[in-house]
Formats: sequence, C-alpha cells, structure tokens
Amino acid sequence: MTDGPASHTWLYRHTAATRLSHWITVLCLLVLVPSGLQIFNAHPALYWGERSDPEHAVFALRAIESGDDEIRGVTELWGHRLDTTGLLGASTEDGERVGRGFPAWMTLPGSQWLAMGRRWHLFFAWIFVLNALTFGVYALLSRHLTRDLLPDGRDLAGLGASLRDHLRFRFPAGEPRYNVLQKAAYVTVIVVLGPLVVLTGLAMSPWADATLPLLPALLGGRQSARTVHFALTWALVGFTVMHVFMVAATGVINNLRAILTGWARVHHPGGSDG
Amino acid sequence: MAEPSPLDRRRFVLRGLALAAAPLLAGCDRLSGTPWVARLLHAGEAVTHRVQRTLTRRGALAREFPESARSAVFPGNGTIDPGTDAYQAMATAGFADWRLEVRGLVERPARLSLTELRRLPARTQVTRHDCVEGWSAIAKWTGVRMSTLLDAAGVRPEARYVVLRCADLMASSGEAYYESIDLVDAYHEQTILAYEMNDQPLPVAQGAPLRLRVERQLGYKMAKYVMAVELVDRFDHIARGRGGYWEDRGYEWYAGI
Repeated sequence: MTDGPASHTWLYRHTAATRLSHWITVLCLLVLVPSGLQIFNAHPALYWGERSDPEHAVFALRAIESGDDEIRGVTELWGHRLDTTGLLGASTEDGERVGRGFPAWMTLPGSQWLAMGRRWHLFFAWIFVLNALTFGVYALLSRHLTRDLLPDGRDLAGLGASLRDHLRFRFPAGEPRYNVLQKAAYVTVIVVLGPLVVLTGLAMSPWADATLPLLPALLGGRQSARTVHFALTWALVGFTVMHVFMVAATGVINNLRAILTGWARVHHPGGSDG
Repeated sequence: MAEPSPLDRRRFVLRGLALAAAPLLAGCDRLSGTPWVARLLHAGEAVTHRVQRTLTRRGALAREFPESARSAVFPGNGTIDPGTDAYQAMATAGFADWRLEVRGLVERPARLSLTELRRLPARTQVTRHDCVEGWSAIAKWTGVRMSTLLDAAGVRPEARYVVLRCADLMASSGEAYYESIDLVDAYHEQTILAYEMNDQPLPVAQGAPLRLRVERQLGYKMAKYVMAVELVDRFDHIARGRGGYWEDRGYEWYAGI
C-alpha cells in the first residue's frame, strides 16, 4: 500500500470456465431469442391454461385489412388494442407491407420459415442447456456460487444504500467484489430465469408432458407454459440490456478486458473507498 | 497505467459489438440456406429423439382430460377438404365404399370397411392436440388401436415403421400427404385410428373418415384422410425420403418437442 488514492491492483476476476460459459450464453441468446420469435410468429397469440381458445388470448399480434387495402398491425393485451403498424402485427418485408407478428429484422430466419426457426432454436437450446449444466456444476464445486454470487449478510445490510446509489446513477466501479444488486441480478438469472426458461420450453413438448405431467400442470397448462416462456424471454432480454448498460457505465474497457482475459483493474482491497 | 485513448476504446467496443451481433445479421439467413448448416442443426433432432426416448417410459400416457376441458372450436389445419373427385364420391356415399388397406410387411394384408373397423374394440380418449405452430386444442377421440390392426395383420420381423397414406393432395404441391411413425409409437396404448370426434363421425375438416392420433407428438404427425397403413423397413424411397409430407419440407420426423 504505497500509492495514494489512485491505488489499483490487478484481480483475476473471471476464471476461464466463467468466461467461456458467458460467451457461449451470449451466442445462444443471440440465436434463441430471434428463432423463438420466428416460432412465435407461426401463431402470434398467447393464452392461459391448456387450450388456445381464440377469444381468450391474453396477448396477440394481429394483421387487419383496413378499408384502403392496407394491412394494419394491431397489438392486443388483455383486450386493450394498440396500432403498432410497422413493428408488431404488420411490417415491411422485402419492400412490402405484410402481416406478421414480429418484424423480419427480429426473427431468425428473417422470412417466415417455421421449420428452420425450430432447427435453430432446438439445436441451440441443447447448447444452452449443456452449457448451463456445466457452469452450474462448476459454480457449485468451485464455490463460485457461494463465494462470489450469493449475497451474504453484509451485502443484504447494505441493500438500501446500494439501491439509493444505483437510483442516483452512482455506480460502484473497480470494486473487487460484486455489489449486492449485481449479485441479486446474476443469481436471479442463473438460478431462477435460466432454469425456468428451459422448463417452460420443455413443458411445451408433448412427449415430455406424457412423462412429466406435473411440468405443464404446475404452470397451469401448456399454453400458460408458452406464455411464461415468452415473458421470461423478455425478462432475459431486459436483463441483458441492463447488463450491457452497466458494463458501459462502469468502465467498459476494464469490464470487457475482464470477461475476455479474466483480468480486471480494481481498487486496492486495502485502499480508499474510491 | 495510462488511460487508453477514446479512439482505441471506441474501436474496441465496436469490434466487440460487431462480433456479438454477427449471427444476427444477414449472414444468418445465408447460413439457414446452406446445406451443411441445415444438416448440423438437424442433429438437434437426433439428440432430442434419443434423450427423450431414453429418459422416458415407452408406455407413458399422454394426459387425458375430462370431457368438460374440450375446446368449443377445434381448428381445422392443413387440408380441410381433400376436394378430389375420388374423395368427393366417397364422402357423398358416406364412405360406404371406402376401405382401409393394411399392407406392406405384414403376413395377412387386409382391406377393412368403416363398419368392420367400428366392430373392433374401441378406445376413447380426451387429449390435447399440440400444433407445431403453437396452438393447442382438446377433443374426445374414439377409434381402433393401431396395435389391434397390426396384431391382426401379423407384422413381419423386418418391419420398422408404419406409413400412413392419405387421400389429400396438398394444395401447394399437389403431392399426397403421408406420415410415418416407428413401432414404439404404433403399439402405444393411445395410438389410435380415430373415426369419431366428440361422439360424432369424424368431420371432413378433421380427416374423415379416419385419422391417426399419436398423442405424444405434434399435430402434423397425426395424418388425416388415412387410406392405407403400410408396414415398411425404411422410408427413404417414399416421396422425398424424410418420412412425411412436412418432414420432406424441413420439419422434424421426431415431433415429440
């Protein structure tokens, strides 16, 4: 501890296993989300329960022919309707206005092609699952989960202060440990959202349902599972947007270096509060 | 340590973003059209098939629902009326001249009328129909178990699949619909050839006079307008060789997910 307030040190923050698993997840989400939207587009409506009774859709993206031969896109949520022409329900594909749930630029493949969307989705679902299982076992055995990710008593005691700081856009940067909100976000994604998105996906499989009838039953039915799967997708997208924003807001070079090489520049553990 | 220059920083970030976004760009569509990519992605089907079959009980039953859970309206998907002259004539005659052929690798090929099928032991089940598009509907189905027909016909040991030959020619291609299932599914307790839906003779939109129910797979496996049950040891010589009309167009042969 020789330097003054600008005392820094190098910390090996992310092990190779964590970094590899992180980037495989990035690749998986980049394929799973747009191919999932492609699959959704084959029947762009969501329901609650076992059945998809058309009059009981909780969410729907519809294309409606308007009087002047133009197709309008309409988004319906619990009976509320919103004109979303150009984005949802009807959008431009190859220079032409067509009726489709999510626009071509959000789906994989771009054109309406359910069979290929399913191939992308189900292939990368396996990679996602195998990667998650591997990381889960690693995080438990290496104590990464308990040591670095699960908030401890001290974290929880500082929850209010951390929340206040974040809301004032005062983000801790270069800290050796994750802060409590960061831990909560990571643990929620790893322990709750990740497993749930896989289970709700599996609950849509008629073969899995025959073997594990509890799976769709716990979720309230196959169509509920589909709805929850869709909602979880956007929760994961929301997390990703926030995550990327925080990466940018707390020292993008240092953060990217850490997740690529493992090494992060942090305040000296014994140094000033920064 | 000196701060990296803003230019370095920008280049670094952009490069990272470009790297991350690459699969989302037009390249992905090109990949979808590349045969080896399509084949690689198709490997997912083999994995799913093997894992689901290994981890589950062969005889596990799809959930059966109370009659009150039935859908008020059951969507008619795909062909809702074959419309050919031959089919029209059969339908007009109430399918009196229609015969189900049991043929291929069997000891005793047969031709069965609807009346004969109705005389065989029947199974009734209220089950959920899951379409590959994403919707689900529940209905009550009554029909003869596939295993009853197979046992009566005497399946030869080299037979591996049951091919369903259908009366409907698909609108876009003019090709006849067909499907295939393996013997695990064919002998499953809930695999029936249904001639009744919701206590009524099977409507034309649902495949009159006979459709397959294979309850642990997606709807496109459940061939409508069935004309023949054909036992084969392989299906690569049929149509485009993938085992079904939609399989020939890129959908999975194993539709358990």
